[in-house]
Amino acid sequence: MTNWIEIGNLSDIPPRGARCVTTPLGRIAVFRTATDELYAIEDRCPHKGGPLSQGIVHGAAVACPLHNWVFSLETGVALGADEGAVRTFALRREGEKILMDVEMMASVAAD
Amino acid sequence: MSRKQKLVVIGNGMAGCRAVEELLALDPDRYEIVIFGGEPEVNYNRIMLSPVLAGETSFDEIVINGADWYAENGIELRSGEEVVGIDPVSRMVATDKGDRCIYDRLLIATGSLPFILPVPGATLDGVIAFRDIADVRRMIATAEGGGRAVVIGGGLLGLEAANGLRTLGMDVTVIHLMETLMERQLDEAAGFLLRRELEGRGIEVLTGASTEEIVGRSAVEGVKLKDGRTLPADLVVMAAGIRPNITLARDAGLACNRGIVVDDFMRTSDPAILAVGECVEHRGQVYGLVAPIWEMCRVVGTTLAEEDGEGYQGSVISTKLKVTGVEVFSAGDFASGDDREDIVFRDAARGVYKRLVISRDRIIGAVLYGDTQDGSWYFNLLRQKENIAESRETLVFGPALAGASQDPNAAVAALPDTSEICGCNGVCKGAIVNAIREKDLTTLDSVRAHTKASASCGSCTELVEKLMVLTLGDTYNPAAVEPICACTDLGHDEVRRLIKAKELKTIPAVMQELEWKTSCGCAKCRPALNYYLVCDWPDEYADDYQSRFVNERVHANIQKDGTYSVVPRMWGGMTSAKELRAIADVVDKFAIPAVKVTGGQRIDMLGIAKEDLPAVWADLGKAGFVSGQAYAKGLRTVKTCVGTDWCRFGTQDSTGLGIRIERFMWGSWTPAKVKVAVSGCPRNCAEATCKDVGIVCVDSGYEIHFAGAAGLDIKGTEKLGTVMAEDAALEHVVALVQMYREQAHYLERIYKWAKRIGYDEIRRQIMDDAERRKALFDRFVFSQKFAQVDPWSERVSGKDKHEFRPMAEIGFSRAAE
Repeated sequence: MTNWIEIGNLSDIPPRGARCVTTPLGRIAVFRTATDELYAIEDRCPHKGGPLSQGIVHGAAVACPLHNWVFSLETGVALGADEGAVRTFALRREGEKILMDVEMMASVAAD
Repeated sequence: MSRKQKLVVIGNGMAGCRAVEELLALDPDRYEIVIFGGEPEVNYNRIMLSPVLAGETSFDEIVINGADWYAENGIELRSGEEVVGIDPVSRMVATDKGDRCIYDRLLIATGSLPFILPVPGATLDGVIAFRDIADVRRMIATAEGGGRAVVIGGGLLGLEAANGLRTLGMDVTVIHLMETLMERQLDEAAGFLLRRELEGRGIEVLTGASTEEIVGRSAVEGVKLKDGRTLPADLVVMAAGIRPNITLARDAGLACNRGIVVDDFMRTSDPAILAVGECVEHRGQVYGLVAPIWEMCRVVGTTLAEEDGEGYQGSVISTKLKVTGVEVFSAGDFASGDDREDIVFRDAARGVYKRLVISRDRIIGAVLYGDTQDGSWYFNLLRQKENIAESRETLVFGPALAGASQDPNAAVAALPDTSEICGCNGVCKGAIVNAIREKDLTTLDSVRAHTKASASCGSCTELVEKLMVLTLGDTYNPAAVEPICACTDLGHDEVRRLIKAKELKTIPAVMQELEWKTSCGCAKCRPALNYYLVCDWPDEYADDYQSRFVNERVHANIQKDGTYSVVPRMWGGMTSAKELRAIADVVDKFAIPAVKVTGGQRIDMLGIAKEDLPAVWADLGKAGFVSGQAYAKGLRTVKTCVGTDWCRFGTQDSTGLGIRIERFMWGSWTPAKVKVAVSGCPRNCAEATCKDVGIVCVDSGYEIHFAGAAGLDIKGTEKLGTVMAEDAALEHVVALVQMYREQAHYLERIYKWAKRIGYDEIRRQIMDDAERRKALFDRFVFSQKFAQVDPWSERVSGKDKHEFRPMAEIGFSRAAE
């Protein structure tokens, strides 16, 4: 089951940037790449808890602002020599609108 | 032990010094050596003047032998002292300073003189040659005012001058007597492509044009052509050729034709006297390119060391044009003739033209335009007189055989060991490969140091690197030049140089033009590029916040828990009750958990949530605070002591000067953070001698220090110099920081940059060269027009709102719906 709710518009996020959505699970970072792809991942680096939403976005990856771990936005897996992963969340675009699947979030919360 | 023989060298140029190097390598102790040089400079690479003019490299980088080389080898350098006469009978030279110097052996390396057209007006102010660093400095200075330049001569030198002046922003016209540019090196087709390229860069080219007169009252105003046209000009560069400088030799009675006549062992008609370089004539030939001259230098070394050798046999020469982005190669003879056939390849879309001239199954000439990477292969076939009958069909596609192999190293791998890689220094493939193996060389610099390959004009760097890859395998990363990051093979210096040379003004333009390997860079290169563009194009470049580290994007310092710290500016460390009260109120209102006095004499509020930042700044702003940029790669603090205001030892108003510097320089972006201090007396309470820039006030004025460190590394400062007045202190400090801004690698602190480029060079540019200092100062002032905007008040007024608010909030109830 899915339950898509609107979280904002594409233009709310700068290209190669991110915005946050606060949820009961903690903050989720929603990224927009240079080519307007959108990704949502947990806003918390598994290394020392750095806010990934604040990092520099390049390609479909982000570098954590605290110690430069780099994560794939698609898979949530750390790239390069570092090991670790963050949760990813499903997003959908309807024109300008960005939607997030809260059902999935609820199931994560229930884990 | 017998007395050392005395060797006197006339000419401190490339040939003279290289000949001495060759001698020292064979027999370092035979001679006591004195070198006379007319120019007041150390030995530099004259063929790199074009890149210096185009702003792609600096004088510092083209110095071949610095002052320490002379000292280490016990050579007496008398620069700025000209030899005015040779007496071969008593073996003595006389100088313009009235001194005399006896020799056992004399080496004449007087080079050549620019040929100045004998037309009226040729001696007007503003008519110069393109021959030495003084000419280049003159051109750069003139170009600063924009204006129009006319270059007379469309040969190698003239076109490099024209391109350089155009790059510097002048309107440039090239006047060339012949119909084809560089007609001695290029055929008509390649000349046409070259002309089109130069015209595309905004250079006007007039061929078949002849100069009648240079007009002007005291300074040059224009150039009048034989066809009656007059071209207005603020600068005229004479690049119509060079003449061997034989005056001294001829006056001394040595045999001379066009040049000083030498035998195969570089001996003149007086066996005690040798000659080398552009001033000589060997078997009727005079050479003006560097490769044959290096060959001659080797022979001079052998002759002076009294070793056996074959002597000099003359050279076949090849030419490359040093204009960034224009690939031109030519070698041998390419005139048409009955006994000759051409193999021609054209690719209009890529602007590539290749022509091989074949005679009796041998290559006798080659002209390459647009793609010159096979130049050395053809040149090798030409010099070896290889029979090419069998490979003829695919010859024009180069050694990789009609593109069958896509391996970029294949062409180099296919070269025989005797193939010449570095034309300037005559180094062949085998010599480079052997040096790499035998001496365990792993970096480009070490290969350059040991073999001299790619150490002159640098255009074969790529080939040398390919050889390193072939020899060392994967252990060699061609990026021993230290690429900025994995997105590129280029190093910081090259990227900075190319941003200027190609006028790249956006990050996508840099990545496109410099062939970035990733679509939008990475967290390492993007901030570096963003800084370089901010620095180089302050008025035109739109700062890319998404390429800045979070601290510089949100103007606060991120902490380990994701909160931020905020440090307002306290000018020179001075504060007041009103300011302290405002800080106390902000701390209470936002329940800021920690307040700390920093080492830079200000107050840090730690643990502020990102969402609260704009409100914190709004309150601080009302009390008159602006951002202290404690997060920036930019000017941080100017630490001061109380100076003459209060201190009984103070010699100057150190607090006032510190505040003045901080007010002048705040907001500027720099490669890494810059911390400054001003102490009021030599007791140095502000600890100025471990800062990036420090001033220690003394009775007589202001001692300026730089390149200190007190962090990862600890290092006392170097002294820049002493100035008398406060205004001068400010100007020197600002110019120094601007020089650092323009040259350093991103994240490189002043002390590392200064060590890399040399303290003396910095002193020379800032202390000794008033014109340059003023220009640096002016560029800093210009860039500040765009930098001095308080980022906090901008954000309080709403800029980048998105940064400080979540996009959406999802509650439990909603999630459970």
